[in-house]
Amino acid sequence: MRTSAPSLKASPAKSKKESKTRTVRANILYDRAKGEENPNRHYASNKIKTTKYTLLSFLPKNLFEQFHRFANVYFVFIALLNFVPVVNAFQPELALAPVVFILSVTAIKDLWEDYRRHRSDKEINHMDCLVYNRNERRYMEKYWKEVRVGDFIRLRCNEILPADVLLLSSSDPDGLCHIETATLDGETNLKQRQVVRSFIDLDCEFDPSKYNSVIECEKPNNDLNRFRGYIIHRSGRRDGLYKVNLLLRGCTIRNTEEAVGIVIYAGHETKAMLNNNGPRYKRSRLERQMNVDVFWCVIILLVMCLFSATGHGLWMFQYGDKRPVFDVLSPEGTGLSPVLSAIYLFLTMIIVFQVLIPISLFVSIEIVKICQVYFIHQDVDLYDEETDSHLQCRALNITEDLGQMQYIFSDKTGTLTDNKMVFRRCTVAGVEYSHDANAKRLAMYQEVDSEEEECTSHGGTLPRRESVGSHQSSKVVLRSHSTKSHRRTGSRAEAKRASILSKHTAFSSPMEKDITPDPQLMDKVNEGATQMEFMRFHSQPLSQLPSDLSDIIDFFIALTICNTVVVSSPNQPRQKVRMRFELKSPVKTIEDFIKRFTPSRLTSGSNSSSLSSLVTNRSSSNRGCSSILSSPSAESTLTKLNEERLQTGRGTSPGLLEHAFSPVPTTTVDGAKPWTLGEGELRYEAESPDEAALVYAARAYKCSLVGRLPDQVTMELPHLGKLSFELLHTIGFDSTRKRMSVVVRHPLTDQITVYTKGADSVVMDLIRPPTDDTKGKRQKKILYKTQHYLNLYAADGLRTLCIAKKVLSKEEYAGWLRRHLEAETAIHSREELLFESALRLETNLHLLGATGIEDRLQDGVPETIASLRKAGLQIWVLTGDKQETAINIAYACRLLEPEEELITLNAESQDACAMLLEESLRYIQAKFLCSSSAEQSATKTFQQQQQHFTPFRIPSPAATTSSSTAPFLVHRLGLVIDGRTLAYALDKSLEDKFLAVARSCRSVLCCRSTPLQKSMVVKLVRNKLKVMTLAIGDGANDVSMIQVADVGVGISGQEGMQAVMASDFALPRFRYLQKLLLVHGHWCYSRLANMILYFFYKNAMFVALIFWYQFYCGFSGSPMIDQWYLIFFNLMFSAFPQLITGTLDKDVSAETLQELPQLYMSGQNSEEYKPYMFWMNMIDAFYQSLICFFIPYFAYADSDVDLFTWGTPITTLALFTILLHLGIETKTWTWMNWASIAFSVILFFAVALGYNASCPTCYSPSNPYWTMQRLLGDPLFYLLCLVTPLAAVLPRYPTHLVLSAPGSSEPWGCVGGEERLVEGRCVYVLCLFAVFQILLQGVPGLSVPQPRPSRKATGQTPPRHPQEPPEFEQNEGGVTELAVWTQTFTFPIFWILPKRLWAEISTDHLHFHFLLLVLQQKAGETWRHQKLKGSRDTEQLPELQTSRKPHPSLWPENRE
Amino acid sequence: MMASSYNAKEEDGHHSGSVGPGGAGAVKSRKPDNTAFKQQRLPAWQPILTAGTVLPAFFVIGLIFIPIGIGLFVTSNNIKEFEIDYTGMDPDSPCNMCINSTTPCRCSIPFTLEQPFENNVFMYYGLSNFYQNHRRYVKSRDDSQLNGDKSSLLYPSKECEPYRTRNGLPVAPCGAIANSLFNDTLELIYYYPNKSSMSIPLVKTGIAWWTDTHVKFRNPGGNNNLTAAFKGTTKPENWQNPVYELDPTNPENNGFVNEDFIVWMRTAALPTFRKLYRIIQKKKDNLTPTLPPGNYTLEITYNYPVISFDGHKRMILSTISWMGGKNPFLGIAYITVGSVCFFLGVVLLIIHHKFGNRNNNADIPN
Repeated sequence: MRTSAPSLKASPAKSKKESKTRTVRANILYDRAKGEENPNRHYASNKIKTTKYTLLSFLPKNLFEQFHRFANVYFVFIALLNFVPVVNAFQPELALAPVVFILSVTAIKDLWEDYRRHRSDKEINHMDCLVYNRNERRYMEKYWKEVRVGDFIRLRCNEILPADVLLLSSSDPDGLCHIETATLDGETNLKQRQVVRSFIDLDCEFDPSKYNSVIECEKPNNDLNRFRGYIIHRSGRRDGLYKVNLLLRGCTIRNTEEAVGIVIYAGHETKAMLNNNGPRYKRSRLERQMNVDVFWCVIILLVMCLFSATGHGLWMFQYGDKRPVFDVLSPEGTGLSPVLSAIYLFLTMIIVFQVLIPISLFVSIEIVKICQVYFIHQDVDLYDEETDSHLQCRALNITEDLGQMQYIFSDKTGTLTDNKMVFRRCTVAGVEYSHDANAKRLAMYQEVDSEEEECTSHGGTLPRRESVGSHQSSKVVLRSHSTKSHRRTGSRAEAKRASILSKHTAFSSPMEKDITPDPQLMDKVNEGATQMEFMRFHSQPLSQLPSDLSDIIDFFIALTICNTVVVSSPNQPRQKVRMRFELKSPVKTIEDFIKRFTPSRLTSGSNSSSLSSLVTNRSSSNRGCSSILSSPSAESTLTKLNEERLQTGRGTSPGLLEHAFSPVPTTTVDGAKPWTLGEGELRYEAESPDEAALVYAARAYKCSLVGRLPDQVTMELPHLGKLSFELLHTIGFDSTRKRMSVVVRHPLTDQITVYTKGADSVVMDLIRPPTDDTKGKRQKKILYKTQHYLNLYAADGLRTLCIAKKVLSKEEYAGWLRRHLEAETAIHSREELLFESALRLETNLHLLGATGIEDRLQDGVPETIASLRKAGLQIWVLTGDKQETAINIAYACRLLEPEEELITLNAESQDACAMLLEESLRYIQAKFLCSSSAEQSATKTFQQQQQHFTPFRIPSPAATTSSSTAPFLVHRLGLVIDGRTLAYALDKSLEDKFLAVARSCRSVLCCRSTPLQKSMVVKLVRNKLKVMTLAIGDGANDVSMIQVADVGVGISGQEGMQAVMASDFALPRFRYLQKLLLVHGHWCYSRLANMILYFFYKNAMFVALIFWYQFYCGFSGSPMIDQWYLIFFNLMFSAFPQLITGTLDKDVSAETLQELPQLYMSGQNSEEYKPYMFWMNMIDAFYQSLICFFIPYFAYADSDVDLFTWGTPITTLALFTILLHLGIETKTWTWMNWASIAFSVILFFAVALGYNASCPTCYSPSNPYWTMQRLLGDPLFYLLCLVTPLAAVLPRYPTHLVLSAPGSSEPWGCVGGEERLVEGRCVYVLCLFAVFQILLQGVPGLSVPQPRPSRKATGQTPPRHPQEPPEFEQNEGGVTELAVWTQTFTFPIFWILPKRLWAEISTDHLHFHFLLLVLQQKAGETWRHQKLKGSRDTEQLPELQTSRKPHPSLWPENRE
Repeated sequence: MMASSYNAKEEDGHHSGSVGPGGAGAVKSRKPDNTAFKQQRLPAWQPILTAGTVLPAFFVIGLIFIPIGIGLFVTSNNIKEFEIDYTGMDPDSPCNMCINSTTPCRCSIPFTLEQPFENNVFMYYGLSNFYQNHRRYVKSRDDSQLNGDKSSLLYPSKECEPYRTRNGLPVAPCGAIANSLFNDTLELIYYYPNKSSMSIPLVKTGIAWWTDTHVKFRNPGGNNNLTAAFKGTTKPENWQNPVYELDPTNPENNGFVNEDFIVWMRTAALPTFRKLYRIIQKKKDNLTPTLPPGNYTLEITYNYPVISFDGHKRMILSTISWMGGKNPFLGIAYITVGSVCFFLGVVLLIIHHKFGNRNNNADIPN
């Protein structure tokens, strides 16, 4: 494909590589007019088209897509079947109507979506950008769509990139360009991109017309983090191209005045577009279940057709050769044999009964779901004021799954917690600084007084802003700043503003920024700094500093510079503070001197050590050598120090000397503001929130980071002023090493120093105390103490980080550097080599201290977890944090309760893990099964074992007091497992055991788990336990878990948008999960479940009418219902009310659902839609259709009624009946319900009247001319309409009464005597039940289906229902007598109906739960109390006591 | 997952996001409207089922339905109906001889009316086991031909096959329904107590729906000169006379608008049905009953074969009420449903009374 070959001069590796690479040359070399010469002409243009269809292709393509759905094919098949004369049942054109209707509705929806895409495409395609024009020799404005591969593009600050561009020039002197990738991955921090190596050194501005290189790179792919290629210059020199050279489409240029690049990939070949894989399609559990029942419908349909066909054959057969006049011969005048006509009839019946397969069900479900999504979207309770975001439903078709969740897998950081890291305390050199004032300040956030804030915030912030302008004032302000800050910042308004700004300043809230320093530590910092200044002044070597003070200073230096924080100024948040201090700052550092006076180093040093420098082999080795060679001698240091002293001595007023050293005017690029302007307000943009927290913490101690450049970090220290550290290397954080390091040249000591910051578990192992006695002892002591404090911090739920340093001798450094450079330049396995190189560097560290950062819990997390747990959800927390922290957070958010027993699984090997699991399993089983004594011993042994296995264990008081509450304790288990053990446990051989243990625990906590493990756990639980899983998380590490779970929820919080992008629902806060699941989930589920059941019922009921008629028309397939009614009944007449009900009905109010989370369990157990319910509905449908058929049948028996005059009332009756049925099923009636029902009725009559009056000869064969009009004048018609629907719903109504009696939320809250009311209702319900049983028995032919035997066996949740009615009634205590009465009354029925089924029918249903709940919670206590006081016989006492036990099925513990 | 970055809505979001801090305040809040509809807080009626609402409902239904049922039942019982099966399956029946006769055969059946029939008396013929609702039978007609459409007259619809053409001529009226037109003739003769007889006048018109005779069925080219209008067509196979000679007594009642024909063409819903044959109009003086009690003879011209499908033919005399013919079923249905409701109500009331009271007592602390 790459046909550029002929014109390619300097392509060395042609033939082989051509297939794998893309070659890009500058377009300006080729005349536009002769397009065919342009080697880039085959590449995609930048015009994007995300639409699926064009005007022409829409119809065929859309139809083709729609026919992928089986149902559509089925319906089209039936419609076509109708064109065959022998079997046709309706007018063929009419039979096409429903399927055409359905197809066109879907098509219109698709068209609309496509149109929206088209519009947004157009908008994007017509955005402007600057493209170099060959003829004009300048950059010209062009539309995005006109950009082509090989064009030169000039980009200005804040512009969005139109295509994937290779960066060739940047206004930044270092050849850097910053981009914001928020639209790609949602990360708001800036990323650096580098100009292609060979273009950095251009002295003048980049001139496209002189560009004459060829780029070879990969073919377009969707990997955002990979780009490889090389650029071939005319000279034949080749330079590598890497990811850092590529600017991706959709990103925004920040902090860079101007950049020029060449387009590499355009349009659909950009990485952003290739990543664009559209919305996800998930199928909900309810739909899967529904599909099973659709399948059953097909079976029923076939059975009915087969039955009819057989009947018809027999009917024909009985006449034998005597052909009656009404048996019409075939058109040829010959008779059909019974068998043949039976076969024809079978096909005809399929057409006639087609309605049984609900054609409109699929469309209706989609409509209802869209409405549900709309309402969830609109819920103001799910709107977060602070971030101005509300819930997003990204997956439109799984709303009802929200109501069926059983397991929640949650990330911890950012999900349960705010991911707003707040510096809490630290320990330096073995001394703990508790930061009490800071803690107090943080506590104040909880109790915000808005009034106070308002005045303080006004008084506090505004004058400060205005006062800036000179060095002096800013310093003053800086001092007052920290003391004032804590009061000011509690302000909610401030928080809000900050959160609005947070789009621009990543990870910073006032809470994190303002830290009240610990006075003790503050003093020490000051002391240390003063001493250092003194020593510097007196030219004493700094090593004489007392070691604790030097540790403190180093500690803060490390906090300040050991990170990748970017500093930006407040007024232009994205504009980096861009002056170079060595040019403008009056304060001279040693480096400055070196750079000034050794020009050779100036260039090499400045571009050598940038963050992720991809230096080419040659130049870097140069640099390496030079940096070693040019290490300054002692004298030079001395002279420089003198200079330094002079500078700092003069402090803030600029003097002559500076002018001498600063040839460049002090104005910055941004304007006239000097850099110190907003010193206190410099904004820090960090990649992770804890980095920012540490930098802010250091700033509180006046050690503030003021600037970061690729090769240099500048910080300010008290007394010492600004120090610039030459940044030699930054070895970034990775999850394996769990630490990061910077290698700097210390400006004061001129030593090469490594500062390392990382997780304590790894850093502590790298500490090597010096061998000499005193120092080593001290270090060991410090180490010990620090470890102690670390444990304390962890126990407080703080995130701990260790800070360490290491001083490298020049030789060591040179040695390491050599190998590091080799690694950097390696072509193969570069990553591994760099990793090893990092490991080599981070050894023998010297411990400085440790920090404790608090990750604050989000608002309402404990409450949410408690209520979700009450709702029967198992909550597992999967976190990358370490065990102690995780456990503490778990306690804080009440995932673990103090009285819970904790099983901790920490194993070192597979075998140990297996043994542990075995042990735990046995322990749990022992608790389950054995008597209390045996159990106690088991507990003891297990405790011993546990102490063996786990060094860390939370004492559980409940464990010791087990015997009395034994059955409860079993469930009060928490499982803690760490990443390594998890890896073993997830092994095929152990996973079953692991699950067995995990599912008998109330809460599970997986620490130190990797993203992959997270998703494996979710997958395991989902697949093995066959439960519905929900994964919630906020970060990129949760993405895999979110994708695996049935429902993925992303928190649109601090860590960018990746989780949100992958999720089905995105929430602003964790606590919204409660309403989303308990209220919306429940509603969506119950609405949809009821609607689906209703649909099946409705269709079956309607079709059965025709089926009964077959017995009276010789099974000839003749419908008495006019074909119009038959076709449009589902589509029009009965469609709207159910949609309204399916969208708006509320079985329980939102308040009640939140108050009683137990109600959620109805969804988990699929109680609204169980397999037997389908059959119950079918039976009800058949019963109702019997009524609707036979009442008119007998009413018109042996009369002169004609076919359609008889069929029309039946249609009307059926309509009334199903509307009445819907009315019974509807729990809340709004005006919309009324309106929709009225609309249905009116529509039916209007259509019928119009249809029957429209044409006297059309509509063969039914030709119902004037039928409806005549019926409306017939009193019999009205009489039928009155009695039939009532008789039809007569069984259902009492059933419904029984099941939903207290279904509404308020009744007992009103007129006093709640308990009496409730109890009265209960009595009442039972009576109705009894009556209904009798009725049921009385109805001949109405048998209750056998319970499905598998139901108990399948469940991981076989709820322990009250087994039999008597028992259940005893639970109600006061109702006992009635129960006895009912029992005698209904005695025979109890024995006739299978008892289990009985229990299921009565208790499975949500409302029965509800009833019982209410009884217990509201009525039970008081009522029983009165009972006991009353003069009742005492024999009842024990019974009453047992009845106080909560209903077993109401508790989540009742699993397994 | 770039999907959203490229749809317009998201794009907006980004734009607003990149306005900068100054513009942040101007960004429109995305807070949803707090309206009753959007928050799903529409005022709603929740049917609360308490004894106070359910019991009265049951009683009211019962109390309404039972009287209606009784009324209907009484009305139905007041309707007088008399029925004679003249199929002649019974060897003793006078019509037995006609069963197998191929030529027109007449038979007469004497009967006695015990009670007088007042007002207009409707005379029906009834057929049993005649599946007029058979799917292919129902279809076998051409409505536009029956509506007098000229072209349909000569080129009947295909639905009429195989009764569409006969001997190369189009059949008028075509189709199986028309072909199987009921062609027995029934006459009533009343024997006065003095043995003198009188043929009871039977009215042939007004038996079909008004809309049928006036709108749906029309003769081609109006009613004048039907013979010419039907020229070029042939009569259905089973018919004795062509369609324009169906009623020799009344020229207006011929062709497609013949009411007997129209009545037949309205296919019955059930295999056992009756069709209105004649009306016996009440006497003008209103003093003597339309049909006084006494002896009658039914004179039958027996043409229509029903043996082949095991059918029966009946003659029915019936008076009629506001609710139509005699049918006690609806009354019974009302009474049943009403009783069930009432019974339920009573049972519930007893229970409620008994247990409700007890609960009240229990509430009072002793």
